[in-house]
Formats: sequence, structure tokens, C-alpha cells
Amino acid sequence: MHPVRKQRLWAVVFIVVFSSLAAGLVGYGLRGNINLFFPPAEVAAGLAPAGQPIRVGGMVVVGSVERSTDSLQVRFAVTDYQATVKVEYEGILPDLFAEGEGVVAAGALDERGVLRASEVLAKHDENYMPPEVADALLKANTAGVTP
Amino acid sequence: MARLNLFLPLVLFVALVLLLARGLKLDPQVLPSALIDKPMPQFRLPALGADKLLSRESIIGEPVLLNVWATWCISCRVEHPWLQRLAAVGVPIVGLNYKDQEQAALDWLQQLGDPYRLTIVDAEGSLGLDLGVYGAPETYLLDAGGVVRYRHTGIFDEVVWRQRIEPLYRQMLAAAAAGG
Amino acid sequence: MIPELGHLALIIALCMALSLALLPLWGSWRNHYHAMSMAPSLALGMCVFTALSFTALALAFVGDDFSVALVANHSNRLLPGAFKFSAVWGNHEGSLLLWVLVLSLWTSAVALFSTQLPLPVLARVLSVMGFISVGFLLFSLFTSNPFLRTLPAIPTEGNDLNPLLQDIGLVIHPPVLYMGYVGFSVAFAFAIAALLGGRLDASWARWSRPWTNTAWAFLSLGIMLGSWWAYYELGWGGWWFWDPVENASFMPWLAGTALVHSLAVTEKRGLFKSWTLLLAILTFSLSLLGTFLVRSGVLTSVHAFASDPSRGVFILLFLALVVGGSLTLYALRAPALQSRIRFAVLSRESLLLFNNLVFLVATLTVLFGTLFPLLMDALGQGKYSVGPPYFNIVFLPLMAVAMPMMGLGPISRWKQDSAQRWRRELLLPMAAALVVGALFPSLYQGSFNPAATLAVVLSSWLLLSMLKDCFVRTRSARGFIAGVRRQPLGYYGMMCAHLGFAVCVLGVVLTSQYAVEKDLKMSPGEQFELAGYRFQFDELAAVEGPNYLAEEGRFSVHREGLPPFKLSPQKRRYLASGQIMTEAAIDAGVFRDIFIALGEPIGEHAWAVRLHYKPFVRWIWGGAILIAFGGFLSVTDRRYRRAVRSGASASVLVEHGPA
Repeated sequence: MHPVRKQRLWAVVFIVVFSSLAAGLVGYGLRGNINLFFPPAEVAAGLAPAGQPIRVGGMVVVGSVERSTDSLQVRFAVTDYQATVKVEYEGILPDLFAEGEGVVAAGALDERGVLRASEVLAKHDENYMPPEVADALLKANTAGVTP
Repeated sequence: MARLNLFLPLVLFVALVLLLARGLKLDPQVLPSALIDKPMPQFRLPALGADKLLSRESIIGEPVLLNVWATWCISCRVEHPWLQRLAAVGVPIVGLNYKDQEQAALDWLQQLGDPYRLTIVDAEGSLGLDLGVYGAPETYLLDAGGVVRYRHTGIFDEVVWRQRIEPLYRQMLAAAAAGG
Repeated sequence: MIPELGHLALIIALCMALSLALLPLWGSWRNHYHAMSMAPSLALGMCVFTALSFTALALAFVGDDFSVALVANHSNRLLPGAFKFSAVWGNHEGSLLLWVLVLSLWTSAVALFSTQLPLPVLARVLSVMGFISVGFLLFSLFTSNPFLRTLPAIPTEGNDLNPLLQDIGLVIHPPVLYMGYVGFSVAFAFAIAALLGGRLDASWARWSRPWTNTAWAFLSLGIMLGSWWAYYELGWGGWWFWDPVENASFMPWLAGTALVHSLAVTEKRGLFKSWTLLLAILTFSLSLLGTFLVRSGVLTSVHAFASDPSRGVFILLFLALVVGGSLTLYALRAPALQSRIRFAVLSRESLLLFNNLVFLVATLTVLFGTLFPLLMDALGQGKYSVGPPYFNIVFLPLMAVAMPMMGLGPISRWKQDSAQRWRRELLLPMAAALVVGALFPSLYQGSFNPAATLAVVLSSWLLLSMLKDCFVRTRSARGFIAGVRRQPLGYYGMMCAHLGFAVCVLGVVLTSQYAVEKDLKMSPGEQFELAGYRFQFDELAAVEGPNYLAEEGRFSVHREGLPPFKLSPQKRRYLASGQIMTEAAIDAGVFRDIFIALGEPIGEHAWAVRLHYKPFVRWIWGGAILIAFGGFLSVTDRRYRRAVRSGASASVLVEHGPA
């Protein structure tokens, strides 16, 4: 074969091999690292698979947040006003997490239908509040007050 | 042949643009809400400070704001002046006094002023349950037919009014004017 | 009054940009000297009026003019002065104005520093940049006007800037990032000018190379600042999240890295011309795509601006016009014929081609991962999200493959090299790197860790082969100093950037392998031992800041044989917005960071606390700074100044016969 042809052939073979390796990596990387979003109603209807990574989002039900007193365990319920899903999480909740605010929890459903969350993301809702109220809010930081 | 290869990036790009254009129509943030575009539920509840029963028919008939409030709700105090201003320019607002003490609610309106055309007393939270209220304050926009068109949770202020609700409200008024 | 003047200035800037986009281009087509020679003054004029407009907006922010809606929504009287200024770009409209300002700065920089270019080339380059400016000025004026008033009801107080953005990192991060992002428009403009002019020799590569390197260095710095900011300000010790917005700036960097290397080949050897042109278009297209992703709301992200469909439609149309147009031009005009210049399989050209392949594949995999949720949503498959593990699995092996070649690159020869020579030159560094890798676990008190060992071997291979190359090149009969001075600055720039890459890789891998972290409940008086450090929670205090109230946890950290130090993480509540913010406390060190963040209160006195021991985390950003510095250094190379001065003659190429 002509040396130039040979060189070009090598280049093509190399690029093909390299690209298919990369494509293989992409396929492997996608497996198990993507998760689908389910609203609580679909979880309640049994549409969400148990034991697989999913995300559930909605509003944190007011009064549902229970903190353990001796560990970082926390339980709360997420609702889309049609159904609620119980969530268990161990760790530090994000700053914007609050009852009556939106959250997305990522994790897997256990056999009881409880979402074992590995990550909780709070959704952001900017409320207007003048400074004089912030002070009052600090003092009146009691249950039942939103937000 | 070599010349055609040069068109490959363009072809890939066109595919990408089509995908992005499709993406613009989808909102990744949207979470299903049970209430939007459904009729306001029926109820029979007393009016605040008046000896009569209110029902769904007492509040519908024109585009109206339904504001869920309570005296235990600090944020409600924050949005109150704005409700006053809105009422002063003639926007009809109906109050839903949610899980509250009747006397405390009357005192509140006495002190801070009453922006509400009517106030429904929902001491047990039964209407709140039907509406899907999870806290206060919340504000709903109902059209003339009593269908929930918008729901705002949290403090209702000028920014929310201008950006989210006023455009819808104006449309409804225009539709009502055209229709009637 | 001032906001209206700012608005007017923006409109004037648009008129100038329009003239800049049309007149000089028409002039270069009709060979009309006067039309072409207007380009630099129009570019400067556009810059002056954009700057005036920006100043007007900044004045409104600094002067608490809440009659401007943007100020009312994103600033507050209590905000410290510096943050009032940076609040200008803490929102969509203002940051878009900054985008336009940076673009006009780059345009006028080209106008000022490229006066020695042939006039038609300069006219075309500036026209292309003018065209891009027109797009963004229209975007700003019609969909995102920053000067809208809140009349007649003027609020007495503003909504406040998002507390996350009230930080020095966010004061400097966006301008630097935009300098990079937008700077690639110069490389793009040169490529388009070359295609338009049909003059596709390597001279355009030489002209555009310093601009490209500068933009690339800025982008490196900008990404580094963003990562550093996320580390200490988002509060939880992560420094890279593979978030769509991060990816939006990272993709142009990856493509830009390929472009920087490809330009080297095109400039030195006149090879890969079409390929380099395509990369220049691709890199800037990815900048535009990033802008689209960040501002249209098609993807969710913590950093994304509030979405507005009309904005998305506008950028998408503009993107389609610019990129579609340039790719069509490329398809029609790029040289399709195979170059007659040959090179052997074992040569520097091959190694650089390999670099291009790796970085292009990396760009595409990141692009795919970023757009995957959108793709599935568009196909009606539901709302997916792609987790960081995907990106790590795909990206890290690619970089691991690139590194052995990076050690070979600088020492290899153009045209043809031999395996024998490489073996002779590099056997010693390779052996030494393996030894360092073998010794590392015992040097660093830890057990054997495959990822860390691989990173150490690869980084030391890179470092040692560079040292060897430096040693060979600076060997001189007239002594070491003369040898050092003989090498061009571009060489040291490359060395510095490669060194930075090695440092960065070490930082990334060692941090992720050896970091220790613990979330736990702690009360004042309690202590906890982590990675040889004893964390003592001394007390809890209430602190008052200029515009926030905070709970402060006071910790002292002890280690045997070292003096203890104090760390005071805070949980802040910003008064204007009521937002809660975690302010982590960090003790930074060359070899390790100690990081404490307060979670939330639990019960009476206890708090959820996060403790981090992060070894080598500073190396990530140190490496990135070296990369950026290398980029800047290479631009100061004498030959670019000469190349510009000699103008047209710079196109003379060193053409070698077939190898």
C-alpha cells in the first residue's frame, strides 16, 4: 500500500476505535446515573420503580417535618396536592428548605414506599420582606408560620 | 465528496437547533398543580362579622382575587398594605380567614383596615382542604365563571401582581367587557 | 434622568454597531477604502457608548435609584457599596449589558492593537464583531431593557441582591468569565474574515492566535473563580457540580483548548486549516450556546437566571443565524482539498491532533450529558437528570489518556520524530515517575489508592518530562542564563500551562480520594476527632452584620504539635429578603483545608455541623491560575508583536517538502 494511504488508514482506524471507546464510556456512564422525576401522585399510583434512583418533587407538607433529637435523621412529606410521599433523609438540609416550600428529593423508594433520599434540593422562591419584618420573624419563628 | 463532508457540522447544528427550539416549549421547573383551570369548590361557610352564610355563588360573577390569610401569619401582615392599595384602586378581593379566631380576625381588620369585599370564615380549614391550601398567605385568581386561573403561594406583593397576575386579570376584564 | 441617558447611549451604541456591521464589510467587498477605514473609529465609538450606558446603570445601583425596576428588584439600601456595584451583573439584564460591554471592549482592543493588519482583513474582522454586537444590543434593548422604570409607584426599598451573590467571588467572577467567553468572538471573527476574504493561508492563524490565547486564559481564570466561589460560598465544600451552567462555560473551554493547540499547528506548519477554522467557529458557538442555556430556562440549574420564553426565542434565533450562517460559509468556502504538507505518524503534529481528538470528544460528551435531559423531555420520555457520576466516568478517562501524550508533546519534533529518540529522551522521566508513584503511598500516610497513584504517576511524568525538555533546550555553550533567554516566551507559556494542568489534576484527584467529611450533631462544649484534627465546639454567639443577623458557631481546632486555631462558621439571615445563608469557615493551607459549616439547629442548643478535611484542594485553583498565567505569558511572545508589525508579510510560511 502507498505509505500515505496507509497512514490515512491508520488515522481512520484510530479515530474509529477511540470514538467507539468514548461512546462506550458514555453509555456506561449514563447507566445508573440518570434519574427520572416523578410527582407524588405518580409515586402513589405505583408508577415509580422501587430501588432505582428517582427524584420526587413537590411542596413540603406543613407540620410534617420530624427531626430526630440524637442524629441528623429527618422525615418529611412531599405533596403535589393529590398525593403525598414520605421522605427520609440523613444529613444537612439546604438553607432554603422549609415547610410549605418546594423541594426535590433524589433517592430510591424502599419497600414501604418511603423515599430514602440521598440528596434534597430546595427550590427557590424569593419573597419580598422589609427589614422591620425580618426582626419580627426572628422572634416569631414558630411552627405554622410560612415562610 | 470532500466538499460534502464540510456540510456535516451544519447538519448536526440544525438538528441541535431543532432540539433547543423544542426545549423552549418545555418547562423543566413545572410541577403539576391540581387546581389550575379547575372550578372553585363549593362551600357553605359563615361570613366574618356578619350573620350570614356564604357560598361559591356569593363570590363569583366577576374576576376576583381570593386571599387566604390568618392573624397567626406574619407574612400576611407584610402583604396587607399592598392588598389595601389594590382594593383602593377597585380590584375585588375576597378574604379566606383560615384556621383562625374570629375575634382576633375582626380586631386585625379593625386595626389594619379591611381590603376585603367579603371574608369567608374557614375556622376548621375545610374549604382550605378542598382548595389545597397548605399555609398562609396564598392568593388565587378566579375568573368570572369561578375557575381558578392562577395561584400564588407566599407573600403577594406588587412585583407578583405586576408580573404574574395583572396581565391575566386585565385579559379577563377585557374578555368580560367583550362578552357582556 | 440618568437611566434615560443610559438607555439613549445604548441605542446610539446599537446604531454604531449596525454601521460597523455593514459599512466596513461593504467596503471590503467593493474595495472602498473610506468605508473600510471607518471600522476602528466605529468600534471605539460603540465601546464608548456601551460603557456610558453601563456607567448609567451602575450609577442607578450605587445611588439606590429604586425607580429603576432592576435596581428595586436586585438591590437594597443596606447592601454594602461594593455589592451595590456588583449587583449590576447579579441579574439577567445587567449581566447581559456586561456581556455587551465586554464584547465592545474586545472589539475596540482589536481596533487598537491590530492596526498593522491589512485593511480589508481588519474591516472584515471588526464587521463580524459589530454584527455580533448588533445581536446582543438588540437582545438587550428589546427583551431585557435594564433601564425600565417602576413609575408611578416608586418603592421605598429594594428587594435585595440574592445573598449568595453578595460576595467578592461574585464581584470578579462574571467579568473575568465573560472576558473569556466573549473573547472567543475574536477568534471567530478572524475565522469568518478569513472565509469571507478567501485568504486561507496560515496568516490568519498567526493573527488570531494571541487573541485566542488571551481569551482562553481569561476563561480558565473565570472558571477557576467560579469553582472557588462555589467551594466557599455555596457552603458545602463541593467545588465542581457538573451543573448545566458550569458546563456552559466549561464546554467553550474544552473546545478552546483544542483550538489553542490546533492554531499552533496551523501557524507553525500550515496544516489542519479547515479543522482550525471549524474549531474557532465551534468554540464561539459553544459560548453562544452557553448563553442560551443559561438565559432561556431550558435547563434547570442553581445558577440560571429567571427564564423568559421570549428571551430564549431571541437567543435561539440569533444563535441559528450566527452559527448556521458561519457553518454554511464554512461548508462553501473552507479548503476541502487535502493539504500537501505531510507529517509522520510519530511527530508533534500527530500528538497535537490527538490532543484535538481528546478535547473534542470531551466537549461532545459534556454537551451530550448537558442536553440529555432536554433530549428525553423533547422525546416525551419524562424529566431526567444526569448526575455528576456520568461526567466523571466519561471525562476522567479521557484526561488520563491525554496526559501521557502531554509529556511527549513538548519534547517531540515537527514533521517526523522517532520512537528511538523518544525512548532515549524520556526513559529517565518515565522511570522516575513510576518510582514517585510507587513511593507515594508511603510518603503520604495512606494506604494504596489506585486513582491517586495513577494521578501521581501521570502528573510526575508530565512534570519530569517537562523538566527534561527544559534542561535540553536551555543547554547552551554560553551558560544557563543565555540558554534560558534563547527560548521564546511562548515556550515558557506552554510549559507553565502544562505545569498548571498537572497541578490541577493532582488537586482534583487527591482531594476527591483523600478528603474526609462528616455531618454530625454537635452542642457547645462537645468535640470530635477527624483526620487527626480535634474539633472543639466552644460556644454559640449571635452576630450582627451590615445587612444580616447571624448565629455564629465558634470552634477551635487542635492538632498534636501545632498551635490550635479558631474557626467561626455562620448561619446568616439577610434582613431585606429574609433569606438564610450558610457561611462556611475555612482554614486554608497549601496541603489541606479545614472546613466547617453550620447546618441547622437541632433541639435546644445543638446544631447539625459539617466538618471537612480536604487535602490538596487549593492545588485545583492554583493549577488553574498557572494554566491562565501560561496563556497570558504566551501572548507576550515577541513574534506576535513582530508578526503584527510586519502585517501582510507574516503570511510567509515555512513550507516543508514531503516528509
